[in-house]
Amino acid sequence: MNLEELRGKLFYQTGYLAAVALLTTAALALADRATSADIAAAQARDMQQSLAQVLPGVYDNDLLKDTLTLDGPNGEVTVYRARKAGKVEAVVFKVSGNGYAGAIDCMMGLTRDGHITGVRVIRHKETPGLGDKIETAKGRWIYDFDGKYLGSPPHEKWAVKKDGGVFDQFAGATITPRGVVKAVKSGLDFFDKQRSKLLDDRS
Amino acid sequence: MSNLYARISRESLWSNNIVFAQTLGLCPTMAVTSTATNGLGMGLATTAVLIASNMMISSIRHSVSEEVRIPVFIVIIATLVTLVDVSINAWAHDLYKVLGLYIALIVANCAVLGRAEAYAAKNPILPSGMDGLMMGLGFTFALTLIGAVREILGAGTLFADAHLLLGPAFSFMELKIIPNYRGFLLLVLPPGGFLAVGFLIAAKRIIDKRRARVSNVMPAVVVI
Repeated sequence: MNLEELRGKLFYQTGYLAAVALLTTAALALADRATSADIAAAQARDMQQSLAQVLPGVYDNDLLKDTLTLDGPNGEVTVYRARKAGKVEAVVFKVSGNGYAGAIDCMMGLTRDGHITGVRVIRHKETPGLGDKIETAKGRWIYDFDGKYLGSPPHEKWAVKKDGGVFDQFAGATITPRGVVKAVKSGLDFFDKQRSKLLDDRS
Repeated sequence: MSNLYARISRESLWSNNIVFAQTLGLCPTMAVTSTATNGLGMGLATTAVLIASNMMISSIRHSVSEEVRIPVFIVIIATLVTLVDVSINAWAHDLYKVLGLYIALIVANCAVLGRAEAYAAKNPILPSGMDGLMMGLGFTFALTLIGAVREILGAGTLFADAHLLLGPAFSFMELKIIPNYRGFLLLVLPPGGFLAVGFLIAAKRIIDKRRARVSNVMPAVVVI
């Protein structure tokens, strides 16, 4: 049987498609093996960078390995802990709020007495030119949180000015900063509630 | 032979350009062209996929049968896109942070399957590779141009963040065209993509008409 005849046969077509699927799957499996270590390393580097941004200073442990998983405001939260001589000095974790176009994910760092060391937006889908001023590349707004804690400003003032709080909103975009402020506030409440577990040096 | 390559280049870059003439691949086109840099990056990634997919599909064109060719082509294209995606993620991670979301969109670019069907399935490997390269460059040209128009009118800059895509040596490309520009949001948002593409296609038609009128000797550009 030559190729012309063969191509019309059902078993040939089925076999051909199966063979292509097998080969491409094998290629993908190989590619995954070849790249997964490098991808994991690159993601760990990214994580380290975002941790370093919200938590300046030198600590003597590897934050990425010193984690704790607790129940937070939106499901489980992975907390990265920074220590000096075994004592937990600061914690970093992720919080989310609702923006104008979906969730806004932030990393926030807190010292052991609950002061904010930094907040950074790591993922958002806000409108370019309006809502994206929450990025450090586009504006300085996010630095407003530095040094603040629950009490300064007081609990009910953790809101944008339009809602009677102390944080600025942007011209044309209130929902975005409101989402970020709410996210940060939820993080502070979470810290407050779980403080004893978070700061337990032995765990 | 060189005549063939010249024709492929001319058609791919201008007269049968993926965006401006075939109006294919508009989904990734609209999604990424808010800046010229994004357009350039998406164009180059698509070019890599087009060259590889055209050559692979051309090499199996005799053995694959009519009935299963479409799923076979799609499986091959999807695999290639995934390979490009994981390799950029692993070995050019900074670039991945800029382009990552868009790489997967190449699968949705019907122009890749279009070239497989219209060209690679009927022609030898080398011309198919050339077709992939030139169609890809034509696509890159179109995306960069749309991105440039939207970026200049929408944000007043050109090639912002080019150093993230091409390396620090290319930061000279990052220009501020209009100083103290307040921005024109419409062009940055998706509707601006449709507007920019529409006006650019109209401009191309006008240029083609002028050229046809100027030289009666030269035949009008063939639009397939």
